Amino acid sequence: MVKVMVYPPTSMILADLVERTGHEALVVSKEVRKKVNTPGLDSPPLNMTPEDPKKGLKYAAVDVPSGVRGRMSLLGPMIEEADAAIVIRGDDCTLGCTGCARTNELTRFLLKTKRIPLLELKYPEDEFQAKQFVHKIREFLEGLN
Amino acid sequence: MKSTKYVVTSQDSDVLPSDIALKIYELGREINVKETCFGVIIDGDEEEIEATVKEIRAMDPSNIFIKDRGFPPGDPRRCRGHRGGGARPGFYMMQHESEILPLISRGLDAEAKGEEVPPEIGTKKRPSLEEMEEMIKEEFS
Repeated sequence: MVKVMVYPPTSMILADLVERTGHEALVVSKEVRKKVNTPGLDSPPLNMTPEDPKKGLKYAAVDVPSGVRGRMSLLGPMIEEADAAIVIRGDDCTLGCTGCARTNELTRFLLKTKRIPLLELKYPEDEFQAKQFVHKIREFLEGLN
Repeated sequence: MKSTKYVVTSQDSDVLPSDIALKIYELGREINVKETCFGVIIDGDEEEIEATVKEIRAMDPSNIFIKDRGFPPGDPRRCRGHRGGGARPGFYMMQHESEILPLISRGLDAEAKGEEVPPEIGTKKRPSLEEMEEMIKEEFS
């Protein structure tokens, strides 16, 4: 069983496809779950402990926007834990109120410099693309064994 | 350790959230089930949840999708009833992906049947400077 990081880290489709093949999907909700029962945190991940910014500072400098550092405090440990990764590129949901373009770039950069098997895709727009999408992911995940 | 999962059905699926809930009740495990418009939220011990997930997935393998959730169902920090309404955090991503689920289901069906994958269509590429020069020469010579 290989730990596969999925990006967007909240992606249901990617997490499901990874777990279908018997691997473990690294998703942000598992990180949030660790914090949900932490005393003193009203609403994770919006609230942080004094330890979280320190984790974020490991990946992004102090002058980088705090949103990036906050996100990296959750994503950074996942990247370190990952043995492989599947990344969706150019999706609307990774921008705006539901995402952060700079975090996307930094995450991709860190995954690439880690030299782990990495699959980059786009969400399908029609049936042909969907068949290729599922096939590529299955081949990639089976290759990890 | 407790675990919470979303079980989401694709629009093509004949399985209703109430069918999934009934199936879980039949199993007789100590699991909290919350029915929603898109599927169900299940919460319980990690081992029991893992075993239940396998049985739920077997109901319609290519149309049922499962993902982890950080908060337990009905948590006042996420529940809309306690927060004065509005979409809960995470709703937009799920809404966005739900629109693609029928396509993914068809992809999974094709994989299960062992259908041949359609060849990739070549991406549109901008001509290089040399190609542009050749094209201009051909056109105006």
